[in-house]
Amino acid sequence: MSVFTKLTLTEFRLTLRDPLYAFFTLFFPILLVLILGNVPTMKEAPPELGGLRVIDLYAGLALGLAIGIIGLQGLPSVLATYRERGILRRLATTPARPAILLTAQLVMNLITVLISMVLVYTVAILVFDVPFPQNPALFLLAVLLNCAGAFSIGLLLAGIAPTGKTANAIGTFLFFPLMFFAGLWAPRELMPEILRRIGDFTPLAAGQDLMTDALLGQSPALLSITVLVGYLLICGAAAVKLFRWE
Amino acid sequence: MTVIEVKNLAKRYGETVAVRDVSFSVEPGEIFGILGPNGAGKTTTVECIAGLRTPDSGTITVLGSPAGDPALRSRIGVQLQESELQEKITVREALELYSTFYPNPADWRALADDLGLTPKLKSRFGKLSGGQKQRLSIALALIGNPEIAILDELTTGLDPQARRETWELISGIRDRGVTLLLVTHFMEEAERLCDRIVVIDKGAVAALDTPAGLVERTGNEQRIRFRPSTPIGDELLTVLPEVREVHRHGSKIEVVGSGNLLHAVVSVLARNGIVAAELTLEQSTLDDAFVHLTGKE
Repeated sequence: MSVFTKLTLTEFRLTLRDPLYAFFTLFFPILLVLILGNVPTMKEAPPELGGLRVIDLYAGLALGLAIGIIGLQGLPSVLATYRERGILRRLATTPARPAILLTAQLVMNLITVLISMVLVYTVAILVFDVPFPQNPALFLLAVLLNCAGAFSIGLLLAGIAPTGKTANAIGTFLFFPLMFFAGLWAPRELMPEILRRIGDFTPLAAGQDLMTDALLGQSPALLSITVLVGYLLICGAAAVKLFRWE
Repeated sequence: MTVIEVKNLAKRYGETVAVRDVSFSVEPGEIFGILGPNGAGKTTTVECIAGLRTPDSGTITVLGSPAGDPALRSRIGVQLQESELQEKITVREALELYSTFYPNPADWRALADDLGLTPKLKSRFGKLSGGQKQRLSIALALIGNPEIAILDELTTGLDPQARRETWELISGIRDRGVTLLLVTHFMEEAERLCDRIVVIDKGAVAALDTPAGLVERTGNEQRIRFRPSTPIGDELLTVLPEVREVHRHGSKIEVVGSGNLLHAVVSVLARNGIVAAELTLEQSTLDDAFVHLTGKE
């Protein structure tokens, strides 16, 4: 087995040993869909939603929640802790490079999101008749871009936060407003214009819009794609440049 | 052939000079100690040797290549100070994972056995005791079958029992033919394990010698304390060429001197029919040599 595969599998196993993290990334989104799906108003289809019911949007939001937790809280605090505990330094003395552990973490977290996606949508489609995305390829792209936005912010946080605890605190601080703009408390479509406009430029909201586009089979919003690719390029480049290895 | 050669190493962090001028060489198969007070530049020196830091000036050659050469990473095993592992990784997982990093890894089961880790293979890193963590750290430093192992502050934070067990292991590692570079600030550890020691103080070499050689530099001072059976005058002792000073503490006499001090003092007392009760002899140790060389307790 290659070093990278071995490392990714090990990291995956370690992540699953954290019951709270496994719960919030894999089970909580399903739970959210199950609970909200039983609220009568969730089955309504306000005209602003372009034919979708509220629950159809919340399946995506539940997945967005998992992406936010993983990218903004899990990833930065784990990586900053790895630096704090000297794990990256120890790797630097071996033929394996510390960057390989970062990549393994990213890949492992991406896989976690994809598993969460399958779980959430299986439940949503089977239990609540949430429509299967009309454009599945775009939907997958939307999920990947959503991850790209959140993960690159997380990576930058991990690179500059002095400790795992600070990284987690800043991540949590970002998580709530970004989830708000993505529509967790009220769908974006029902927000006042000004909040929607601000939301357009936040990563989780842009990812949410793209997922909705794919669900409805609409052509994807160029603004959303630009915003997410922008986060990936800017935060990604900043993370590469500023990442403190020790 | 010299295994490690450090020539005029210098390294600063901003305004702080960590290493001013350090040179030494390490021969194959020896346990070479780097000794010095906190902040003397020991860790910076080994980090430069391990290729983790680039010296500002000076040269370091390791196994014939310049330090930092990526090819050296599979030939040197490093145990760093305060370098931990993932909280939830098990001993077995860590050993298996790290052995995939190297081209010719040691058998991790045998290594775990040698280091007494076999009963702990399923334990998570976070649940290990300090001594067990250190032993796992040593195992990871050795898992690539290195020619050189660098162990930094190996026994710091361990209880005396675990420290002694670790020392046993170190002697065992040398028997594998591995050259050992040991960073420590414990005199007893250095005295017991090292073939040669370089004492670093304020970023420069204060001395480089065998442990016995370093002790000799203090003039091999000895101190004898005893209570004479009948009162005696100082002159009885001060006439002896071996005696330098005589002090009195109540009814006790302390004699400071060198050479064959004990024999000289006991002989003169016997000739005068005096019995020395509660007699103790204190000889210079590496501790004294260290204080002598660095001016630090």
